[in-house]
Amino acid sequence: MITIRNVSKIYPNGFQALRECSTQVEKGEVIVVCGPSGSGKSTLIKCVNGLEDFQQGEILVDGTSVGDPKTNLPRLRSRVGMVFQHFELFPHMSILENLTVAQVKVLGRSQDEATERGHKLLERVGLKAQAPKHPGQLSGGQQQRVAIARALCMDPICMLFDEPTSALDPEMINEVLDVMVELAQEGMTMMCVTHEMGFARKVAHRVVFMDEGRILEDAKKDEFFGGARTDRAKLFLSKILSH
Amino acid sequence: MHNWRWEVFLEPAQGGSGATYLDWVLVGLRMTAAVSLCSWVIALLWGSLMGIFRTYPSKLLYGLSTAYVEVFRNIPLLVQLFLWYFVAPEVAPLGLGAWFKQLHPNLQLFVASMLCLGFFTGARITEQVRAGIESLSRGQKAAGLAMGFTLPQTYRHVLLPMAFRIIIPPLSSECVNLVKNSAVASTIGLMELAYQGRQLVDYTAQSYESFIAVTALYVALNLLILLFMRWVEKKARVPGFMGGGGR
Ligand SMILES: Nc1ncnc2c1ncn2[C@@H]1O[C@H](COP(=O)(O)OP(=O)(O)OP(=O)(O)O)[C@@H](O)[C@H]1O
Ligand SMILES: [Mg+2]
Repeated sequence: MITIRNVSKIYPNGFQALRECSTQVEKGEVIVVCGPSGSGKSTLIKCVNGLEDFQQGEILVDGTSVGDPKTNLPRLRSRVGMVFQHFELFPHMSILENLTVAQVKVLGRSQDEATERGHKLLERVGLKAQAPKHPGQLSGGQQQRVAIARALCMDPICMLFDEPTSALDPEMINEVLDVMVELAQEGMTMMCVTHEMGFARKVAHRVVFMDEGRILEDAKKDEFFGGARTDRAKLFLSKILSH
Repeated sequence: MHNWRWEVFLEPAQGGSGATYLDWVLVGLRMTAAVSLCSWVIALLWGSLMGIFRTYPSKLLYGLSTAYVEVFRNIPLLVQLFLWYFVAPEVAPLGLGAWFKQLHPNLQLFVASMLCLGFFTGARITEQVRAGIESLSRGQKAAGLAMGFTLPQTYRHVLLPMAFRIIIPPLSSECVNLVKNSAVASTIGLMELAYQGRQLVDYTAQSYESFIAVTALYVALNLLILLFMRWVEKKARVPGFMGGGGR
């Protein structure tokens, strides 16, 4: 579903954020990307839907080359769901409008159809009653669940998560993780940047570990948690697990 | 000691048209309101477009809008007015100069003043709009694009609605500034409020009454604008956002 081949990325200021990264996410697979702050996790995931460009290598999403200038990026992105660390709901729209606006403007669905789908997904994330409210009136955990529902409304072929729980108060983390676990168990293809190793243990198929723009480990979950790996990854794991 | 004669406003004005001096003042008020309103429309539309360009990922649009802002913010308003009125008609391409010169002289004054105030204020609004857009988190643009919106759609549905809400207060001051600045048009002879005030002084010699009346009308006009903008701000308020009231 997602193929990342030899991707290198240099930011305009000359900083090289990615160094020859390669990995792959099969259909229905869940991979967790972790690594220290500044290791390039966000950069990598943003390259997947073309929010950042890259200078070298190739990324294919469902067979479409993201880096190809001829690719219709908006169309590709409309099929790839993305969830951000800071939710990024549209504050001037009601919760329901947040869920319907792109269905109508991008997918060309009718307002009725979009509304119906919006309500259905709100119900699914347990927020049916919040439809008429605005994002600023919800808690962080609720906002993030709305953000997930917003992405799901577009019937994505895969989902990207960039630290979806790291801006949340501890008591709200689980309500969001629960939604993600459920999604994973239904067979959604997911690429998740997260440090929630409980989530990784439960549903991930593979874990990718990054450091200084490189993918240092790319292993099956059990291998990653169980055995041989780089000192870097060991150190990182011991640090976050001791929290 | 000043000899107060407020009844002067009810006296028939010289020139024998039957109009009173009050009518003169009201003509000025109407002209000030008209030229301000027309300039405001230009300033808001043009300034918004340029403000968008200032944040758009295109070197050409960025360069164009930046040059516009720098030029129009750094030349004194009075000089700009002279350029629009005296110089532009001589050098304008596409027969626009000739078109301008065949207009009724009063209309020439109006058009020159309107363009001058519109593009001068537009440069200031450009910067407000840019600041408004830049005050939003970078994630908002990313979120819009990630939903599959094109960049123009992201501006239209995601960035601009919030940016404009945020800049309503500074826009109100720009609008008030515009009304005050419109007095500069009296220097080329546009018969707006300040010009009519001076006419009154010349014709009636009641300088205190004339200028008090003119001052009061400027203040009233601007209070009206502030009230209106306050109302707009309230209408546009987002629940749960920046004092938008209650969870
Ligand atoms: N727009 C940018 N311009 C220049 N450098 C950038 C830019 N964005 C990120 N970087 C740099 O690229 C590196 C990788 O950033 P990235 O956000 O991908 O890291 P990350 O792994 O997601 O870290 P975190 O855990 O803090 O989110 C960092 O050193 C960062 O400073
Ligand atoms: Mg990050």
